[in-house]
Parts: sequence; C-alpha cells; structure tokens
Amino acid sequence: MAADTDALQKRFDQLIDADDRIEPRDWMPDEYRKTLVRQIAQHAHSEVIGMQPEGNWLTRAPSLRRKAILTAKVQDEAGHGLYLYGAAETLGTPREELLDRLHNGRQKYSSIFNYPTLTWADMGAIGWLVDGAAIMNQVPLCRCSYGPYARAMVRICKEESFHQRQGFQIMLTLANGTPGQQAMAQDALDRWWWPSIMMFGPPDSESVHGDQNTRWGIKRFGNDELRQKFIDATVPQADLLGLTIPDPDLRLDEETGNYLHGPIDWGHFWDVVKGNGPCNRERLGTRVDAHEGGTWVRQAATAYAEKQAKRATEAAA
Amino acid sequence: MSGKADWPLWEVFVRAKRGVSHVHAGTVHAPDAELALQNARDLFTRRSEGVSLWVVKSNDITASDPNDRESLFDPADDKTFRHPTDFELPDEVANM
Repeated sequence: MAADTDALQKRFDQLIDADDRIEPRDWMPDEYRKTLVRQIAQHAHSEVIGMQPEGNWLTRAPSLRRKAILTAKVQDEAGHGLYLYGAAETLGTPREELLDRLHNGRQKYSSIFNYPTLTWADMGAIGWLVDGAAIMNQVPLCRCSYGPYARAMVRICKEESFHQRQGFQIMLTLANGTPGQQAMAQDALDRWWWPSIMMFGPPDSESVHGDQNTRWGIKRFGNDELRQKFIDATVPQADLLGLTIPDPDLRLDEETGNYLHGPIDWGHFWDVVKGNGPCNRERLGTRVDAHEGGTWVRQAATAYAEKQAKRATEAAA
Repeated sequence: MSGKADWPLWEVFVRAKRGVSHVHAGTVHAPDAELALQNARDLFTRRSEGVSLWVVKSNDITASDPNDRESLFDPADDKTFRHPTDFELPDEVANM
C-alpha cells in the first residue's frame, strides 16, 4: 500500500515538475486536494459575497445605461461564483457543504467586501481598484496546476476586463466633472486604496501557505510581487484621473522603476479578517438570509420535477 | 434483442491533453458503457488525439430546441456593454 502511494506520489510530482495539469480523476495528495478546496471555495464565496457592495447601488445608478452595466457586472459575479463552486466540486466536496462552510463562518471570503459602498464613486473605485487587483491575482491562476480551476479562471479573466474598464470610466467621468464629483472620486480612492493593496495578502515573509502552494503550481507569484505590479500599474492611472493616492510615502524609485509604498496597517487587515470590519456581520447575515429565503424556491423546483417525473411514468404505464 | 440495431448511441468526448476540456468528437454504438469506451478509443484516438475519453448515452443529453434559438440567445446581442471594447478609455490606459 505504501509502495503504491509512493508510485502515485512520484507520478504526481512528475506532472507538477513538468508544469502539466492535474485533472479530477488523477491521484493527488490529500493536502493538495484540501488546499485547493479551501482556495477555490473561498474564491467562490468572495464572488458571491462580492455582489452585495455593488448590489447596494443597483437601484440608484445615475442612468439607465449605468444601471444595465452594473446589473450585468453583478450578474457576472454570480456566474463566477458558480464556475468556481463547480471547479471545487470536482474535488469531491458537495456544493451544499461549501455553502454551509461559508454560512457558518468556517470558510472566509475576501475581506475587501467587508467595507461599505457609501457613494456612487465607490462603484468606480471598486471596478478600477478592487477588480484591478483581482485581475492581477487571477491572471496567474489561469495557469494553476489544477485543470478545472485553471479553466474556470480563463473564463473569469475574460469577463473581468469589462469590470475594470467600466469602473475606470466611472472614475474618469467623475474626475472630469464638477468639483463635487471630483471630491467624491477622491474620497472613494481614499477609502479603497489601502484595502485594495491589502487584497494581495500579507507580506511573503509572513504568508502561511506560500511555499507549498508555489511548489504545487497553485501560486505563481509572491504577494509582494503582485502588489508591486498592481501599484506600478495603478499610480499612472491615478495621475491620469488627477487624483491623489492617499499614501504620503509613495514615491518612484528611480533605480527599479517601482513605486515604493508606505507601511501597510496589517493590524487592521487581520482585524477585518477576524470579523471586525465595518460590514462583516451584515454581509454574512444578508447571505444567510438570501439562502434561507430561497428555500421555498428550491423546494418548489424539486416538487415540480418530481411531479413531472411521476406524470411521465404514469403516461408510460 | 441481441442485434446491433438495439445498441444505444453514445456521445464521445475527447480531452486532447491535460489542462483542456473534453470536447465532443462524435458518436459510437455500443451495448454498454465499457464497450462504448473501447469503441470510442478505437474510432477517435488512433493517432494520439487524446489522453482521456468520456462517453455519455445520447438519450441522456437534453438539448435546447433550435426553434428557441432567438429567444434564448438574441437578448445578449444588445448588451454590448458586457464586452470590454464597449468602454472607450484614453490611450494611456488602453491596455486595461
């Protein structure tokens, strides 16, 4: 038995070393499976919870066109959640269980969704910064070693580009607007900047799962590296908008061409992760209510399917 | 009851290599799933076209009605804002 496992492990390692993909029917180490279920599920939960901050503005979008766009974006988030739950299920964990883990707090979602959306400019800042950071994180996942996750990410990344562009366009419109609108755009940037760059996770020196996930081809770049790439891409965009990034220490390092940022308040980050952000309770509560409120719909669909099946059997008899 | 005419039809899906989805390749007739796999292997992968096969009974596939095409798919046509190209941005951020 141990010899069998050794051979299987060897085969698995060969596939990983060759940068090949692992597919659902392949043998894989338990830890690899567990890590993927956790990461994919948390990613799915983030998409699902991520509908709430923007859902808050659906009825108050400033034009019919903006409303249609925001609706389409929120609809995409739901779709992304479903692609990802589907990928997680290929690892043998049923969807019901994944939802339970979200609802009872055993699994987390991205902390970025625990902040409130106070003005319409937040729709711009979320698309530009939050989706921008998400894209930076997600593009490398299209080459993740687990086939179904990688394929889901290809679909998602294709759809994310519209999300970021519509956000930037909102910011651009506000930045070119009245002084009041410009102030609203600046205020949104002030509130979303630090949470956005925290989305890449703690510094690699403190990251818990980093090394093993790199070895397994689940993680392709370090948190700090991706954060730096995001900042370097975003600073010129803020300049273009005529907005100021709320970091007095931010400066261009001539030697590397990188924008160096000031200290990040990781104490705040962990506090939000632990449940003490401004909207943690509201987000999870809304999610659980939606699930429980939908019980009768699922029951009705099941009852209807049973009735149709019974009729078909009776007709055949 | 033992004639080939009674054998169900199976849809065959081939995964060309690790990392890509199984793609529909065609159909085979076979009395059971095991032989359907064998037949699919002989028919569709004689030149290393794949590393994995799926067979599904054709009768188990529910397909959309071609007559529903317009009502199902046309509504997406006027939602061009779902595409990134619908958002014109300054040249400096064109690659966003």
